[in-house]
Amino acid sequence: MPFEVRDEGGRSRVRVHGRWTVAEAGSVDASPREIPPGSQSLVFDASAIEALDLSGAWRLWELESGHKAGGGRVSWTPSRPGLLAFIDETMAGEPGTPGHAGPARGAFAGALQGVGQAAARTREGTLDLLGFIGVITAGVGRIFGSLKRLRLPSVVRHVYETGVSAVPIVSLIAFLIAVIVAYIGAQQLRKFGGEIFVVDLVTVSVLRELGVLLTAIIVAGRSGSAFAAEIGAMKLNDEVDALRAMGMDPVEVLVLPRILGLVIALPVLTVVADAMGLAGGAILSWYLVDIPLGQYVDRVQGAIADTTFWVGIVKAPVFAVLIAMVGTLRGMQVRTSSRELGRLTTTAVVQSIFLVILADAVFAVIFMELDI
Amino acid sequence: MSAIIEARGIVNRFGRQVVHDGLDLEVEAGEVFGIVGGSGSGKSVLLRTLLGLQKPVSGSVRIEGAAVTGQPERELLAVKRRYGVMFQRGALFTALSVAQNVELPIREHYPMPDDLLRDLALLRIRMVGLAPGDAAKYPAQLSGGMTKRTALARALALDPAILFLDEPTSGLDPISAAAFDDLVLDLQRGLSLTVVMITHDLDTIFRVCNRVGVIVDGRMISGTLEEIMNNGHPWIRDYFHGERSRASQGGVKSDG
Repeated sequence: MPFEVRDEGGRSRVRVHGRWTVAEAGSVDASPREIPPGSQSLVFDASAIEALDLSGAWRLWELESGHKAGGGRVSWTPSRPGLLAFIDETMAGEPGTPGHAGPARGAFAGALQGVGQAAARTREGTLDLLGFIGVITAGVGRIFGSLKRLRLPSVVRHVYETGVSAVPIVSLIAFLIAVIVAYIGAQQLRKFGGEIFVVDLVTVSVLRELGVLLTAIIVAGRSGSAFAAEIGAMKLNDEVDALRAMGMDPVEVLVLPRILGLVIALPVLTVVADAMGLAGGAILSWYLVDIPLGQYVDRVQGAIADTTFWVGIVKAPVFAVLIAMVGTLRGMQVRTSSRELGRLTTTAVVQSIFLVILADAVFAVIFMELDI
Repeated sequence: MSAIIEARGIVNRFGRQVVHDGLDLEVEAGEVFGIVGGSGSGKSVLLRTLLGLQKPVSGSVRIEGAAVTGQPERELLAVKRRYGVMFQRGALFTALSVAQNVELPIREHYPMPDDLLRDLALLRIRMVGLAPGDAAKYPAQLSGGMTKRTALARALALDPAILFLDEPTSGLDPISAAAFDDLVLDLQRGLSLTVVMITHDLDTIFRVCNRVGVIVDGRMISGTLEEIMNNGHPWIRDYFHGERSRASQGGVKSDG
């Protein structure tokens, strides 16, 4: 955006030439400082402008109005570009100040503000959660009141999506984890000559803990995020409001089928994981410690108590409720922006995994106290 | 006058369904061209084809003489800087404020100081009739009309030569729609734009468009409003001579 200023005795001629478009707008600092402040009259010569668009015109308008504000007079030759008149029109009226997101704060005040906002958010989140638990409980109550409210096709779909389609990955991971446990166990137990106890180790740890815990964590990653993202996108698209407006309860239509579906799917997946884990143990025992399959089965039956399997499986529905509730709640909390959708989906996964592990710890303490 | 947009023999097919079957289109520089067609006649597909977002099965599109079809993304960039698009539902970035939405394309393509960027964005925001105070608002806080205006400001961010509008007045009340039509006309004259708009709104067609192209049977019949009104095609006759149409024409006539 080149321009030259030439003094012509009493007035200055500003020769503007070249391209004045948005592409050049930032390249040259067209500051009015080069124009002598003393000169009262300024003539803009626009005859050599090659290209002018709104952004370029804005730079000229800035020059022009800066000079006028200093008390100078401005004229144009051959004529003032029409775009400048267009900007005049646009900028007419109250000057107006652009809105601000809020006053800038210092570091300390900013940190304090952050703490305050976090506290307020936590309070809001907790209230949301309590309210959500209440709404869900009421919804479950209504379903018991009238089974027609149970949306069976929807429940079946969620059993399929969260359960059946997760079978391959859950199987693979359960199998591999059992192999790892058996491998490390065999190494350690060999020192004491007790390789046979590898079977006990794998059986008890898979049935009591690993099977259900790993399954829950995989499902939290797969389905917790899917729940949050699905419902969140529906919120952004006003679909949830549409349901409400049609007299359907979003909790009943969207949340309960997901919770119910997962409560059915997760225990079944856990059984699959248990089986695959025991299979992995069998293969490793045969390969590393030379225990044939028949002996392995005998040993498994000796290792487990009546309760071992049930201690694992009983946790699955609880984990399922936690995962599904966190996922759907976070989805429902999406309000305005796609960024929120991403943040809440992440939160859903992190929180549901955390809650699953926390609940597992609580179960461990309870079972110890009960001596199971 | 030369054609600023030129499409020749566009064919678009999805599976067995033929949307466009040898469609030709010419838009002259400085005119307001309205694209009309029944629901499902492929107006949006045509728009996406013109923009280079969709590759037609065959046919070519040129904008300002530069080929759009069959170009690698890098070559297309120069063309994309020459047009601005306002999508039907605004397509504002919900995570960004009004001002940030307008600044985004400028910041992406042309480096410039922050205060100049802010000034240029604010100029565009005022230009479309929004108050400077709206600049810090987020899309979720905007009414339908303000969303459209913000989308228009963003479409004009790069000072394009061509402005594409997809259903600019859908979802607006008649008064806001008329105000938006006037705004488009003002901007078109003030900035010497070529405007291509898809619209269902007969008021808009009669008020704003110089020429109209109707998509029927996968082809385009285009001409001045008068020529199109006198066309014998049954769909066009129904469209322009139905009851709703007569009301719109009456409105315009009594205006001037």
